[in-house]
Amino acid sequence: MKLELRGITKRFGALTANDHIDLTVEPGEIHCLLGENGAGKSTLMNVLYGLYRADEGEILLNDVVQKFEGPGDAMNAGIGMVHQHFMLIPVFTVAENVMLGNESTKAAGVLDLETARAKVREISARFGFDIDPDAKIEDLPVGVQQRVEIIKALSRDAKVLVFDEPTAVLTPQETDELMDIMRQLKAEGTAIVFITHKLREVREVADRITVIRLGKVVGEAEPTASNAELASLMVGRAVSLTVDKAAATPGDDALVVDSLTVTDPIGQVLVDNVSFTLKRGEILCVAGVQGNGQTELTEAIMGLQHRVLGSIVVDGTELVGKSPRGVLDSGVGFVPEDRKEDGLVGEFTIAENLMLDRYTGEPFVKAGTLQLDALAKFATEKVAEFDVRAQGIATKVGRLSGGNQQKVVLARELSRELRLFIAAQPTRGLDVGSIEFVHKRIVETRDSGVPVIVVSTELDEVAALADRIAVMYRGRIIGIVPGDTPRDVLGLMMAGETPAEVAA
Amino acid sequence: MIDVKTTPVPAGGSAPATIAVRSWKAPIGFSAFVVIAAVLFIGLGRDGVTNFRLSTNSDLIQLPEIPLPALATGIVATAAMATITVYAFLRAREAKKIPLWVTTLFAVIFLTAFLTWAAAGATLPMIGLLAGALTVSTPLIFGSLGGVISERVGVVNIAIEGQLLSGAFVAALVASITGNPFAGLAGAMLAGALVSTILASFSIKYFVDQIIVGVVLNVLVIGLTSFLFSTLMSGNSAAFNAPARFERIAIPLLSEIPILGPILFRQSIIVYLMYIAVVAVWFALFKTRWGLRLRAVGEHPTAADTVGIKVRATRFWNVLLAGAIVGGGGAFFSLAAVGSFQKEMTNGAGFIALAAVIFGRWDPIRATLAALLFGFATNLQSTLSIVGSPVPSEFMLMLPYIVTIFAVAGLVGYSRPPAATGKPYITS
Repeated sequence: MKLELRGITKRFGALTANDHIDLTVEPGEIHCLLGENGAGKSTLMNVLYGLYRADEGEILLNDVVQKFEGPGDAMNAGIGMVHQHFMLIPVFTVAENVMLGNESTKAAGVLDLETARAKVREISARFGFDIDPDAKIEDLPVGVQQRVEIIKALSRDAKVLVFDEPTAVLTPQETDELMDIMRQLKAEGTAIVFITHKLREVREVADRITVIRLGKVVGEAEPTASNAELASLMVGRAVSLTVDKAAATPGDDALVVDSLTVTDPIGQVLVDNVSFTLKRGEILCVAGVQGNGQTELTEAIMGLQHRVLGSIVVDGTELVGKSPRGVLDSGVGFVPEDRKEDGLVGEFTIAENLMLDRYTGEPFVKAGTLQLDALAKFATEKVAEFDVRAQGIATKVGRLSGGNQQKVVLARELSRELRLFIAAQPTRGLDVGSIEFVHKRIVETRDSGVPVIVVSTELDEVAALADRIAVMYRGRIIGIVPGDTPRDVLGLMMAGETPAEVAA
Repeated sequence: MIDVKTTPVPAGGSAPATIAVRSWKAPIGFSAFVVIAAVLFIGLGRDGVTNFRLSTNSDLIQLPEIPLPALATGIVATAAMATITVYAFLRAREAKKIPLWVTTLFAVIFLTAFLTWAAAGATLPMIGLLAGALTVSTPLIFGSLGGVISERVGVVNIAIEGQLLSGAFVAALVASITGNPFAGLAGAMLAGALVSTILASFSIKYFVDQIIVGVVLNVLVIGLTSFLFSTLMSGNSAAFNAPARFERIAIPLLSEIPILGPILFRQSIIVYLMYIAVVAVWFALFKTRWGLRLRAVGEHPTAADTVGIKVRATRFWNVLLAGAIVGGGGAFFSLAAVGSFQKEMTNGAGFIALAAVIFGRWDPIRATLAALLFGFATNLQSTLSIVGSPVPSEFMLMLPYIVTIFAVAGLVGYSRPPAATGKPYITS
């Protein structure tokens, strides 16, 4: 089925998320929609899927104008979507999720689970998936959950299939497998829209590429285009894809983590007997697929986890057992992975956010009273130093773009005397300009002699920053390898295979 | 480039590792009860024999009374409970779970010893105690069924109390005017649904905090029914507050089964409707398309929306249905239990039903069992005060609420409510 979008415009208040976007996808074609975070890709697809209503423009399938009142209409018209955040119900089984909204029933609305199971098995067999129809979604790895999403779409005979940032949660190997699935779907005549901001994937699988910037189509490109060409089209200027970084000059051991184990309240091990050391002036990247214990590892260091065994020593100071306040006072700087949730108070101003962890005394508090002059002076300096683009220091942080929010977090954390700096997913959701800035500051921090831990699920980022790489899988560190270890090896390690020679 | 060889993942590495968590909750709780048992049943032990009656006079098959000497029973039971407690400590030290049947056995032993002690020297009508418990539980069960449906679809229903009370009022009024208890029941369901309409409109359409709407509705219904009771009913109770009642109906054959028959099958129509409602709600919730969609909306509304389920409509109609079920339970008060409407006659039953929803982990069968437990505590209180018990009546009146607090606070453990319950579904 041929899909055509004509002049789609979607506004949220004053913001125009999609500005007269045209797009055509032919059957048996993989059409890549390339653009930065916030360029309007997901909005466009939500319009296509009936989740948002477009202010202007029309959607055509096989040259017939469609009117979608909701996702149900889009689905019935043959549009399927594999969402970035899976639309699966964690406590339901695979079969229940696949049948939901499209249930086959016996008399009186009694569910016919056998038919649903058979459908799951039939589609699984077609693509060589190994999926138990009665497994609960929450017990499945994310890669398998994504396949359930694909089965769900195909069970409704989708002829146009949209993949919204599907590789964000996958290992490189799983990504390759997904590409194979896409090619197979293409061979069956499905029209595929593949939304991503990862250049490598685009060039590998795309038949055509449409680039979106700030809600507008800014051009089409051939899959043969170089990374640099695609990147400059996406960002609107020439960008450097590598981080300028001199070789590390590691000093003595600054952080020693020994036999660290973290469990959740019901005893599941989240971090499993992890030991490593980190030297001054060195960046250790913690790589791995999301949810393999990285978050809990950083939270354990920060004193945010409560069931911690083992020891974490920074410059001779034991951190296990300290409160987050005590950890901060020991000289640890922390950029949390979810800046809106854990890094900032959205309703506070830039200045207030800059002193969030300095409420205990001078220079910002005297006799229980805020020293607003001192704070204003400090905030003005930091806003200039970290290039935070805002009207002023009294702007509420919630109003800033992701990149500027992250700069506020960095400014706060890096303007203390640090003995250890931890940045978790420091560039998630940022635009390319901000990514460059954040990377530069991280390398500068390293060069000033601070040991740095960067947790990232993006292999490109890991490769750009790391002096050494620790790969985590199911709570364990599979191995610690040099910073220039090839991607495919890292990929295998992320899937749990131990590197025989390096681990020793 | 570095040459790195990898070894495959070791077999069996698929299950996530766990560290055993030692929970001392059960053994410590058991110990507390052993101490209570030792003090009450031995230290303050009473002489005399308690007779447990297992039949009523009208039964075809008469079972003999079981006599238990109070002090001896207390000593034996305390020893048995102490043994179980030691076993629980050993299990906990090995970080193993205490099986449910052990806890149940412990509870039954304690309860038997308590009854023997409290009723020493008298005869305890067990059938009356249990049948009464079932009767008292009936509105709680209707309330918790409505609560389960409402919360499963994503709307917290604090207004159960108000729905019960409005049901009780309208049932009395309609049944008085029409002279037909079934019309009263239908009116009660409508009244409950009406209260739900307000809850649903405010929380689903206007995103008002569901807890606040629920609390306000309770207060509103109390005020409204009290006002109408004093202005309308009390002046002319013959016309407006003398409803035709649901009488007890003994089901032939079934009602003659020893012990179970008199308890389960000599009840009023509303109780029989309750049996049907429990099974029907359970079946519908877990085996039908309606239930699958309802649960999906309560767990992950966005996911439900993306497969074409109308989230707000599903929520709205099911909250109404929940209100109708609760309202029907309210009719029990005025048409079966009392025979007329009284001011605030539900007396907190809606909140106990809410506790049963949580204690029952949002499952209709478990919630029913929880409601039965609470009902049993209530009826035990009234039975013992008739038989004459050494515990001051004020303490006995506290019993159902103490059981509720212990049940909800201590015994639920790790339970997970529907993920999206209480959260409005907002789209742009």
